[in-house]
Amino acid sequence: MSFIKNIKFKTVFVLAFIVAVGLSDRVFSQEADTSLQASDTTVVADTASVDTTAAAADTAATSAAPAARTGSTPEATTDDSGVNLDPQVYMNFFYGLLLVFLICVLVGVIGKIIQVYELTRRMNGKDTTLYMRNFNAQMFIVALVLGLYGVYWSYVHHGAQSFKAAATEHGARIDTMFIITTIICTVVLVVMHIAMFSFAYIYRERPTRKAYFYPHNNTLEKIWTIIPAVTLTVLVLFGFFTWRSITNVSEEDQKNAILIEVVGEQFAWTVRYPGRDGKIGERNYRLTTPLNGLGIDFNDKNSWDDQLGSEIVIPVNKPVRFQIGSKDILHSFYIPDFRVQMNAVPGMKTYFQFTATMTTEEMRDKLGDYNYDFVMLCNKICGGGHWNMQKKVRVVTEKEYQAWLNEQPYFFTEDLRKEFKLSQTGDNEADASLLANAN
Amino acid sequence: MSNIASADTHSLDHHDGHGHHHESFWTKYVFSQDHKMIAKQFLITGIIMAVFAMVLSILFRLQLAWPDKSFPILELFLGSKWAEGGRINPEFFLALVTIHGTIMVFFVLTAGLSGTFSNLLIPYQLGARDMASPFMNMLSYWFFFAACVVMISSFFVESGPASAGWTIYPPLSAVPKAISGSGLGMTLWLTSMVMFIISQVLGGTNYISTILNMRTKGMDLWKMPLTIWAFFLTAIVGLLSFPVLVSAVVLLIFDRSFGTSFYLSDLVIQGQILPNEGGSPILFQHLFWFLGHPEVYIVLMPALGLTSEVISTNSRKPIFGYHAMVYSLVGITVLSFIVWGHHMFVTGMNPFLGGVFMITTLIIAVPSAVKSFNYLATLWRGNIRFTPAMLFAIGMVSFFISGGLTGLYVGNSALDINLHDTYFVVAHFHLVMGSASIFGMLCGVYHWYPKMFGRMMDEKLGYLHFWLTFVGAYFVFFPMHFMGIDGVPRRYYAFTEFPFMEKWVSVNIFITWSAIIAGLGQLAFLWNFFTSMRFGKVAPQNPWGSNTLEWTTPVKHIHGNWPGEIPTVYRWPYDYSKPGHDEDFIPQTVPFSETMSSNLPHDFEGNPEAERIQREWELANKPLPEKETE
Repeated sequence: MSFIKNIKFKTVFVLAFIVAVGLSDRVFSQEADTSLQASDTTVVADTASVDTTAAAADTAATSAAPAARTGSTPEATTDDSGVNLDPQVYMNFFYGLLLVFLICVLVGVIGKIIQVYELTRRMNGKDTTLYMRNFNAQMFIVALVLGLYGVYWSYVHHGAQSFKAAATEHGARIDTMFIITTIICTVVLVVMHIAMFSFAYIYRERPTRKAYFYPHNNTLEKIWTIIPAVTLTVLVLFGFFTWRSITNVSEEDQKNAILIEVVGEQFAWTVRYPGRDGKIGERNYRLTTPLNGLGIDFNDKNSWDDQLGSEIVIPVNKPVRFQIGSKDILHSFYIPDFRVQMNAVPGMKTYFQFTATMTTEEMRDKLGDYNYDFVMLCNKICGGGHWNMQKKVRVVTEKEYQAWLNEQPYFFTEDLRKEFKLSQTGDNEADASLLANAN
Repeated sequence: MSNIASADTHSLDHHDGHGHHHESFWTKYVFSQDHKMIAKQFLITGIIMAVFAMVLSILFRLQLAWPDKSFPILELFLGSKWAEGGRINPEFFLALVTIHGTIMVFFVLTAGLSGTFSNLLIPYQLGARDMASPFMNMLSYWFFFAACVVMISSFFVESGPASAGWTIYPPLSAVPKAISGSGLGMTLWLTSMVMFIISQVLGGTNYISTILNMRTKGMDLWKMPLTIWAFFLTAIVGLLSFPVLVSAVVLLIFDRSFGTSFYLSDLVIQGQILPNEGGSPILFQHLFWFLGHPEVYIVLMPALGLTSEVISTNSRKPIFGYHAMVYSLVGITVLSFIVWGHHMFVTGMNPFLGGVFMITTLIIAVPSAVKSFNYLATLWRGNIRFTPAMLFAIGMVSFFISGGLTGLYVGNSALDINLHDTYFVVAHFHLVMGSASIFGMLCGVYHWYPKMFGRMMDEKLGYLHFWLTFVGAYFVFFPMHFMGIDGVPRRYYAFTEFPFMEKWVSVNIFITWSAIIAGLGQLAFLWNFFTSMRFGKVAPQNPWGSNTLEWTTPVKHIHGNWPGEIPTVYRWPYDYSKPGHDEDFIPQTVPFSETMSSNLPHDFEGNPEAERIQREWELANKPLPEKETE
C-alpha cells in the first residue's frame, strides 16, 4: 500500500518538474509566441519584445491561444478581434493554475504526513483504518453544530433581509401559510439532522460492537406514515382553499375590479387602462403596425378610450384585475411584494386579481427607505434582455389615482384615427360622428 | 458476436469456454457488448460531461458574483463574440444556464447515474451472465455518446448553443429571431435529445426485461436488493415518460422547420407578424413536464436505491422496513405521473387543475418522508463504518431531507405564486435532485469501484472530497432560498438593475467562491478515480463485507461474470449482524441450512417443513440464548 502511495507522490513531483521545465523553457516559447502574434496581427508585434512578462504565460495558455485565434478569425471584424490580451492576463491565469497546483501538492504532502503517522501507528500495533474513519464521525458532530448555527444565522440575517410582509390582501394569507410551513419544515429539518448526525457519531464503528438486527417494526412505520400524511393533509387543505380564494374570483367581484391590461414583449411591458367605460378593447395580433403596437382592434369601440399607462399605478384598497398578455413569447408578470405572479402567454389571456393594502408611501415609511418602489418584473426566461424587463408599480390613494389617470394619453391617437377612418369608408355615419367625438 | 447467443443460455452450463472468442481492442473497449464495460463507458462519459457542465456553472457564477468586472481570460476561451472584453454576453449567459441544466439532468444524472449502475448491477446483483440484449445495450451507449457529442458541438456553431432554458419553452425556443440560440443551436439540442431518448428507451427495455426474466434461481422479487428495485422502477418510469418528450420534441421540430403551429399562435416577433395560429405554448409545457417531472424521479430513485444498499452494508444492519422502502418507491413511481402540473401553477393552466395537482404533489411527500425515516432507523444502533461511500450516502439523505422539505413550499400552489421561477426553486431542486442524486452517484462510484476496476480508491482523498463537496453544496444552495423568498428570479444575467436585489450581490460572491472551492474539490475525486485504476490497492473479493451477489464474482472481470454455475440465492440481501451468527453478514448465497444458529422463524415464510427442521435442530442443540424477537 505504501509502495503505491509512493508512486502517486512521485508522479506529483514529476508533474511539478515538468511544469518547472515548462517555465524555464520560456525563452524558446516566447519566440513561438511572438511569431504567432506577428502572424495574426501586426499591431502586437512590438508588444512581445516589450513585455518579457508575457514570457511567463503558461504552456497551456499558449497552446490554447492559437486555437482561440483561429476560432475567432472569421468573426474578427476590424483590426483586433480581442484575442490580443494583456500579457498580465495570461500571467494571472497561470498564477491561478499554479496556486491550484500548489494546493494539490500541499494536499499530497499532508497525505504523506498522515501516511507516516499511520506507519508509526501500525508499528505500535494500533489500527490504521478505523481511527481515520471515525474521524468522520467527529466531523459529523462538528458539521451538526456549525450547520445548526449556520441555519440559525441565515434565518436571522438573510431571513430578515428577504422576508417583507405582503402588501396585498391575499398576500397576507399566503404569508401566514408561508410562516406555518416554515415552522414545520424547520423543526423537521433540525430534528432529522440532529438525529442523523448524532446517530452517525454515537453508532460509529467499534470492533467490539455488533449492530442491532432490527429489520422492521410495523407500528413505527405506521406512525411515521400517518404523521406526515396528517401534516400534509392540513397543509394541502389550507393551501387548496387559499389558492382557490385567490384564483377563483366570482363574476361579481370581477366586475367590481378595475381592469388593467399588461402586455409583455421583448423586453418591455405596455400597460393599458380601460378609460371611462371600464372596458378594454379587443386586440388582434394581425393588426399590429408600428403605430398600433399592441394590435388594438378599433372596431371594438371599447378600445377608443383606452389609455396608455406610463407605469402601473393602482389605487389602494380597491380590487384590481390584471389581464395579462404577450405579443411574442412567454413572459411572466411578477410583483414579489404583492405575492402576484402570472405568466403572459401569446394567444391567450391570463388574469390575476388582487387588492393592494398599502400605498407606496406607506411601504416606504414602514421600511424606512424613501426610495423604495414596488416593481413588476419579468420572471420567465425571454431572451437577452430578460434580466432587466421591469415596470415600476405605484400604489396610491383613490384621489391620486384619478388625477394620474387623467394625464395618461389615449391609445387612439390622431394618426390612428385617420388610419381607422380610411378603413371604414364612411359606411357608418353614426360611428363616424362618435369617432369624431371620441375621447 | 457470440454474446447475443450466450445471453439466453445463462443458466446452462456450456458457458465454460468463454475464453473462446477473440476480443480485439475495438470489441473489448469500444463497441463492447459486455455490461461491465458498458457501465464503465457510461460512467466515464458521465464524469466528463459532469466536469464540462460544472465548468459552465462556474462561468455563469462568475458573472453573477461580479457583474461589473471583466475577466479577460474568458475572451481567450470563449471568443470575442460570447465574452467580449472578458464579459459574458447576456444571451451566452442563458446558453450556459441552459446547457448546464440539460447536461446535468439528462447526461449526468440520468445516463451517467442509471446508465452506469443499472448496467453494472442488474446482471451482477440478479445473477445474470449479461443483459437480456447486449447488442441493444451497446446501441444504448452509442446513442448516448452521439447525443453528448451533438450537444457539445452546439458550442461551436456561430449562433451559439440553445439558450431557452433547459425546459426549452416555445415560442422562445421555436423562433430563432427571438434569441440567437434558437437557431442551429436549438436544432442540435433537439437532435441530441431525440438520440438521448432512443438511448434511454433501449436501455430501459433492456433493464426491465433483464430484471423480469433473468434472475438467478431463488432470486424472487422480494429477495432483490433495493438497488434493483430502484433501477426497475426507474426504467419503467423512463420507458413510459421519455416517449412523451419525443412527441413534444418532434412537434417542436415541426413548428420550427415545417411551419406547423402546435405551440405557436398570435406572435409578433420584433415587429414581424408570424402566420402561426391556433397553437398553444401551454401544450408544450404539459408534454414536457409529463416527462419532466417523472424525470426528477428517474434521477433520484437510483440514488435512493444505491444509498439504501450502501447505508445498510456500512451500518452493518438490515435496511429498516425493506417492504416499506419498496412500496414507497412504487408509490413514488405511480404518483410521479400525476404531479407534473405543479410546474405550471402560474403558467395560465386552469387554476382548478392547479389545486388538483397540488394535492397529488403533496401526497408524494408521504412515501418520501417514510424513506427518510427508514434511513434514520437503519443508522440507529448500527455499527457505522465511514467509508467514503457511506459518507456520500449520509450526505445524500441530508440533501434529500433539506431539499425535500422545500418541496412543501413550491408544491403548494398558493405559496408557489411567489416562489415560482425564483432562486428558491433553484435551491430546492439543486438540493433534492441535483446534490442528492450526484451524491448517490458518487456514493455508488466509491462503493462499486472495486467491482468495476478491481482496485480500491484512496479513502482519505474520498473524505476530503466528501467534506469539500458536502459543505460546498450547502454553502452554494442554502443562501439561494432567501434570495428566492425576496423574489429574485432565476436566469437573471445581473442583479444590478433592481435596487432590491443589490443586497444579494455579496451573497452571490460568497456562493461563487463556495462553488469554485467545491469545484476544485472535485479534483480530489478525479485524481483518485483515474489514478486508482492503475495504482490503487488491488481489491479483495468482498471489500465491504456485503451480502449481494456481485461480490461473489471474481475480482478480475470475466465474460459471463461467474466462472462456473451462477450461484443460487437463498435469502434476502440484508442479513447483516444477525444474532446467533459469528460474522456480521450472511451473503445471499448461503443457505439457511448452514446458518442454523441464526435462523429466525420469519425467515421461512411459513414453510412448515423448514420450520420443523429448524425446531428439531434447536431441540437437538443446546438451549439457545434468548433470541430477540421482533
